[in-house]
Amino acid sequence: MQSETKSHVDQVTSPAGHPVTVLRFEGDIASTSKDAVLGTYQALPKATAKLILLDFTKVDYINSSGIALVIQLLIEASNSGQKVAAFGLSAHFTKVFTMVGITKYAGLFPDQTAALAAL
Amino acid sequence: MSERKTTNVEVRLPSRMGFEKVAMSTAASVAKLMGFREDRIEDLKTAVAEACINAIEHGNRLNEKLSVGVILAAGEDSLEVKVIDDGKGMHTQPAKPDIDRKMHGEEDPRGMGMFLIQALVDEAEWVAGSDGKSSYVRLVIRLDKDQA
Repeated sequence: MQSETKSHVDQVTSPAGHPVTVLRFEGDIASTSKDAVLGTYQALPKATAKLILLDFTKVDYINSSGIALVIQLLIEASNSGQKVAAFGLSAHFTKVFTMVGITKYAGLFPDQTAALAAL
Repeated sequence: MSERKTTNVEVRLPSRMGFEKVAMSTAASVAKLMGFREDRIEDLKTAVAEACINAIEHGNRLNEKLSVGVILAAGEDSLEVKVIDDGKGMHTQPAKPDIDRKMHGEEDPRGMGMFLIQALVDEAEWVAGSDGKSSYVRLVIRLDKDQA
């Protein structure tokens, strides 16, 4: 019933010349999304992936279990000295992420250009 | 005294994760018919989805022999949603999640559903059935005068 979460990884460069890893998600982010969210993140090489963007542009539904997966990703990234930001959330989920305090640990931006400029 | 009209819509969900989206879509359709703003409909969708997830996961413990009842009562200026399960109900009020404690491993990253419900609707109450089963959460979202 929940749509499968798809994810893929892109490598881009910030305007400041830093390499940035972009995790792009598609579908629902829910309890069934552990492999797509945490699994994809955990497969990144920690030595080189220091700047990470989460792309939610193609995500329509995020529930509290999905938010918990994002928080788990942020915990692991913090422990590994990686910086994480996110973009592409709808106005509603930007509000929800802000309500639960995620903005304290990951900047939220409207699009990839804005997120890259801030890194 | 004038009689206040309400229109009821009922949905019955299997206790299987993912089916909360059926209740979410139904609530959104009713709210749209009532003239709620899009941002309030998004608030309602998340609150209804989280209430159903709690009912499926904690109330009915994913027992697919049990169903979750969702009753939407559309009034003139508000929409009430009851999500009913066969659990014992909640006896504590939802706490605001502490992101610092979560980030430091002192609090479970999960457990935000009830907080979101309470934060996104105008009223939320958790009612435990007197017989120890059939508890429900009741949500109310009101039409603002300037959006009706």
